[in-house]
Amino acid sequence: MTLLSISGVHTFYGRIEALRGVDLEIRPGEIVTLIGANGAGKSTLLMTVCGHPRAAKGSIRFDGGDITRLPTHAIIRRGIAHAPEGRRIFPRMTVLENLQMGATTGAPQQFDDDLARVFVIFPILQQRKDQRGGTLSGGEQQMLAIGRALMARPRLLLLDEPSLGLAPLVVKQIFSVIREINERQSMTVFLVEQNAYHALKLAHRGYVMVNGRITLHGTGAELLANSDVRAAYLEGGQ
Amino acid sequence: MAAETADTPQHPPQDGIAAILKDAGIAALISLALALPLFGFRIVGFGSGRGLALEERWDWVVTAVLAVFAGRIALNLWLRRFRAVLAIGGRVGDGVGDKIGQAVAAAPRLGRILQAAKPAFRIAVAGALLAVALAWPAFPFVDRYLLDLGVIVLTYVMLGWGLNIVVGLAGLLDLGYVAFYAVGAYSYALLALHFDLGFWECLPLAGAFAAFFGIVLGFPVLRLRGDYLAIVTLGFGEIIRIILINWYPVTNGPNGISGIPRPSFFGLPFAADPPEGTVAFHQFFGLEYASTQRIAFLYYVILALALVTNLFTLRIRRLPVGRAWEALREDEIACRSLGINPRNTKLTAFAIGAMFAGFGGSFFATRQGFISPESFSFIESAIILAIVVLGGMGSQLGVVLAAVLLIGVTEFFRELEQFRMLAFGAGMVAIMVWRPRGLLAHRDPTIRLHARGEKA
Repeated sequence: MTLLSISGVHTFYGRIEALRGVDLEIRPGEIVTLIGANGAGKSTLLMTVCGHPRAAKGSIRFDGGDITRLPTHAIIRRGIAHAPEGRRIFPRMTVLENLQMGATTGAPQQFDDDLARVFVIFPILQQRKDQRGGTLSGGEQQMLAIGRALMARPRLLLLDEPSLGLAPLVVKQIFSVIREINERQSMTVFLVEQNAYHALKLAHRGYVMVNGRITLHGTGAELLANSDVRAAYLEGGQ
Repeated sequence: MAAETADTPQHPPQDGIAAILKDAGIAALISLALALPLFGFRIVGFGSGRGLALEERWDWVVTAVLAVFAGRIALNLWLRRFRAVLAIGGRVGDGVGDKIGQAVAAAPRLGRILQAAKPAFRIAVAGALLAVALAWPAFPFVDRYLLDLGVIVLTYVMLGWGLNIVVGLAGLLDLGYVAFYAVGAYSYALLALHFDLGFWECLPLAGAFAAFFGIVLGFPVLRLRGDYLAIVTLGFGEIIRIILINWYPVTNGPNGISGIPRPSFFGLPFAADPPEGTVAFHQFFGLEYASTQRIAFLYYVILALALVTNLFTLRIRRLPVGRAWEALREDEIACRSLGINPRNTKLTAFAIGAMFAGFGGSFFATRQGFISPESFSFIESAIILAIVVLGGMGSQLGVVLAAVLLIGVTEFFRELEQFRMLAFGAGMVAIMVWRPRGLLAHRDPTIRLHARGEKA
């Protein structure tokens, strides 16, 4: 039983082939991470799952249904939430309004429950609820981005580099929240990260991407122990 | 001039006479370049069929350049003294300069006060403005001219509020808004003349036509953003205008359409002597006939239309589609990733904004009784956009203030004839210098919490 299965996906930016035949699987309740260098195509893969850009070849199936050719908003409405790279919160809208936008696809009567749930996970957002998104710190903005994604009650949460530009202590906090969401709500998480050490420690399974191809996959612990992975992504870091 | 320099020894040497002369010289050079083609040559006709000749007016050029040169020197000297007074005033505490400074700073300060104030205060200001607007025709000093001015200002307020949906809320820069205004006006004129429909029957139809054109424009430009969108909408505005000029059989071309029926008060016409078998407004209510009755009625019609636009916008901001507009303005990519369909969201913004322009257009047609493509030139779009931008994008109260300021003040300088656009320009520059984000840049949140033991 797989929740998301990506098979043989090729994606192009104009004539540049960013993904060169990617196969990847995510099972319900897992945290799966995708690590790789800058420009390897990690974010492109996440965005291709969301249909923007669209896969030129191959297929993407979510929960048994083919979503390869669907428009982005239709894919999101099937139960995939995407916290895009760079957080992309709405700076002039308040925290509460940002969260409300996250609930666009949800039923209005669930809004209060979902909001309470997000405030339990991120108490800081409750304190800041009437503040504008743009006035939050980087870490708070990232929490808001994740919280906003959770408001849609997704079955799969796509996180694109949640540690980007954050202080080490804040990164730790964010990662422990991701684990919490996964364990308490059995949320399936697909995490794209540059911060390979933290991501692999957190994830059940991991994939390594080089130049638009998956070169390695295994459990988080296996990849952490792998000498190639250590040499390429962890040396000097930890 | 030597005395001037001696008077103000505290100024650094670069403020000296040489610098002032250099500055004036540069200004004179620039004005020479401008004055040569603008003033220097003039085409004069010899009457019909005898051709044209070029007249050279070097004396005009010389006068203009000398005027700029002298003016620039005077301005510099005055500024310097002004600064000196300011400096002294600042030290002493209540110099003349201080007072001038305070006066100059007062206008933008009003905007700042309004913005910093609590929502309750802004609501009070809005309420006061509404009360004045409602009572306007009844004020003793309001004559026919001021009543007409009120109608014009309210028309622009309504158009500003309509465009605010597109530009302020959805963030789609539309330079061709007047096209929808034109569609509304021509819809009403043609429907009324050819199908004998009244104003109130035509109003929704005109709105629907304009909304349809909004969607027609919206489709091809959905993928465009910012500057590119602005250019295409600008083109669209011109296309509509040129169609109106050239589609002679339908629009009567540049001659325009005249004899557009005036609105009636629920079937009672405003006329001194109504046609046989009808009762005029003044007869029905047993009043003396006065031409201001019709104007006052028009005033309340446009006031009602404007208020409908405002209430609609205030309400829709709290609905999912209105929130999606604002989110789309902030970040389109984030919107996609939240499951919002950007295409439909933009189309609704275009269509609804266009619809209100259509309402405004049919009002314009019935008020004027005559329309021609000349009324729908780019400058109208520019004025409406200026009202929205100067008011503070997305601010409803800001639109009112900007419309009153720009239209009212420009009217105030009507005596200056063609130079009154200078007053308009100066108003715009002044607002942008003091309030670069518009008079009221504040944005009210659409949701606050007050449920489940939460303290709002």
